[in-house]
Amino acid sequence: MLKKRILISGNEAIAQGAIQAGCSFYAGYPITPQNELIAYMAKHMPKTNGVFIQAESELAAINMVYGASAAGARSMTSSSSPGISLKQEGISYIAGSQLPAVIVNIMRGGPGLGNIAPAQSDYFQATRGGGHGDYNLIVLAPGSVQEAYDLTQKGFELADKYRIPVMILGDGILGQMMEPIELSTEKIKTAIAKPWALCGCRGRKPNIIKSFFLREGALEVFNLKLQKQYETIKKKEALFEGLFLNDAKVVIVAYGTMARIAKSAISQLRLKGKKIGLIRPITLWPFPQAAFKAGNKKRKYLVVEMSYGQMLEDVKLIVNGRQRIEFLGRSGGGMPSEKEIINRINKII
Amino acid sequence: MEKIFTRPETLYDLSMHYCPGCGHGIAHRLVAEIVDELAIREKVIGIAPVGCAVVAYDYWNFDCSEAAHGRALAVATAIKRVHPQNIVFTYQGDGDLAAIGTNETIHAANRGENLTVIFINNAVYGMTGGQMAPTTLLGQKTSTCIEGREKEKHGYPLKISEMLALLPGVCFIERVSMHNPQWVLKTKQAIKQAFQNQIDNLGFSLVEILSPCPTYWGLNPKESLDWIRDVMQKEFPLGKIK
Repeated sequence: MLKKRILISGNEAIAQGAIQAGCSFYAGYPITPQNELIAYMAKHMPKTNGVFIQAESELAAINMVYGASAAGARSMTSSSSPGISLKQEGISYIAGSQLPAVIVNIMRGGPGLGNIAPAQSDYFQATRGGGHGDYNLIVLAPGSVQEAYDLTQKGFELADKYRIPVMILGDGILGQMMEPIELSTEKIKTAIAKPWALCGCRGRKPNIIKSFFLREGALEVFNLKLQKQYETIKKKEALFEGLFLNDAKVVIVAYGTMARIAKSAISQLRLKGKKIGLIRPITLWPFPQAAFKAGNKKRKYLVVEMSYGQMLEDVKLIVNGRQRIEFLGRSGGGMPSEKEIINRINKII
Repeated sequence: MEKIFTRPETLYDLSMHYCPGCGHGIAHRLVAEIVDELAIREKVIGIAPVGCAVVAYDYWNFDCSEAAHGRALAVATAIKRVHPQNIVFTYQGDGDLAAIGTNETIHAANRGENLTVIFINNAVYGMTGGQMAPTTLLGQKTSTCIEGREKEKHGYPLKISEMLALLPGVCFIERVSMHNPQWVLKTKQAIKQAFQNQIDNLGFSLVEILSPCPTYWGLNPKESLDWIRDVMQKEFPLGKIK
């Protein structure tokens, strides 16, 4: 069978990936720069008998996702930074009720209303839970439109496997940029059995979806269960792309759009014989610690972000003072250019 | 001898955590009786609120979900859209439905979601210790309006049922009360109508129930019922609104 290639934006690729994964419920609220995603869902969800709702707010949208997930549907919402802040309460409840869900954040500049330029300044919010309570979500950071399509599908699988919220974390460039992608030739996934879901208690005891543990000691027992699961996820699900890690004297650490610019810089530098490598975390939580263990023990790191140093803290935690770490970051509309990266590398080397 | 009164199958045989004279126990039982009478226990899905009734699912023998404070109708909307063949209802207090969740309430009603809403109006926040609610009466004392609610400082009691009745998506709204046995039976009839409307696919139905909270009204249970009859009903008149 011939593979089907189409030209599509990152936002639309995420939407199409969700539909391919069997997402049958989407609720969202307009915000730039992710509006192509909600429009794509409005157009295409009815074709697969899915439910599309334009909610009255981000709060309503994430709580609709809570309800749809409780009812057993593969469900998704999407937004951009200010809207994701509004969704945090609902994400905490989804984590606390052990519901699977996919939440897309196409990041823009902040704080506050900020602007609509691409940014990576929601890294802390995404990787530390974001709402109240001790919880994590799996955070996937696509680096291309193809990967946005593929990782969205993987996100639904992981969400169901662990009954955990999964965030697709991209930026405004990834969302808006168009690239050719290869579509899956598999049939659209059908709903999987979820014996815990709400559908009426015919022939079984009632199911209850809740995150409230009032009895003394009960919440601690539940939280320990979550923590144990997070340890499993850390062991099994961390992903990264490594380039030239065997010989690199300086390794650039960057994710998403920033990693693409870093790759261009690395190509230029290697043409001049400079041994530069790349670690591109694909899962931001769990953070791919193994990437930092192999290779040249004396290598240095340059962390490059469209923020003022958020992923930098995770790199520092892993490297733990053993190697030198430099940082290059811009945010609020600017982003480190290929030239700026090359200049910085030349200073480090 | 014929048995003419018994515990509904839908209500577990447990003692409830509510204060003496509280209305929640009666309202829970009425919902359970209607679920039995309509034979929908195996297809009903309830949404418990944040508030005193948060653990309603401990008493009802059917599928239930919690919702964050105010978000019950967003959660219910999604469950009903995913499972249109199920019967989905929310059980919410005045703070939940008419303060923090006003937006979700208005828009679910305006979309004409085919849902049933049981709205308990006791004019006070019970679970958090008796603060002013959107429905607190003028002059009523609470821990956050200690001299009594004043219109200049706190605005007026919110008549959300009358507001919702303006929306074309709304099918049925009735305000009832649990201050005496006669009105408890009328409350039951209104709840039955609100569920029957959903079974008949007629759209959004809401029953507002004036319900006693002796603990935070500073009254004994009997005085609380009289206060509903003599004071609360003047601000919130009973009867079918739509």
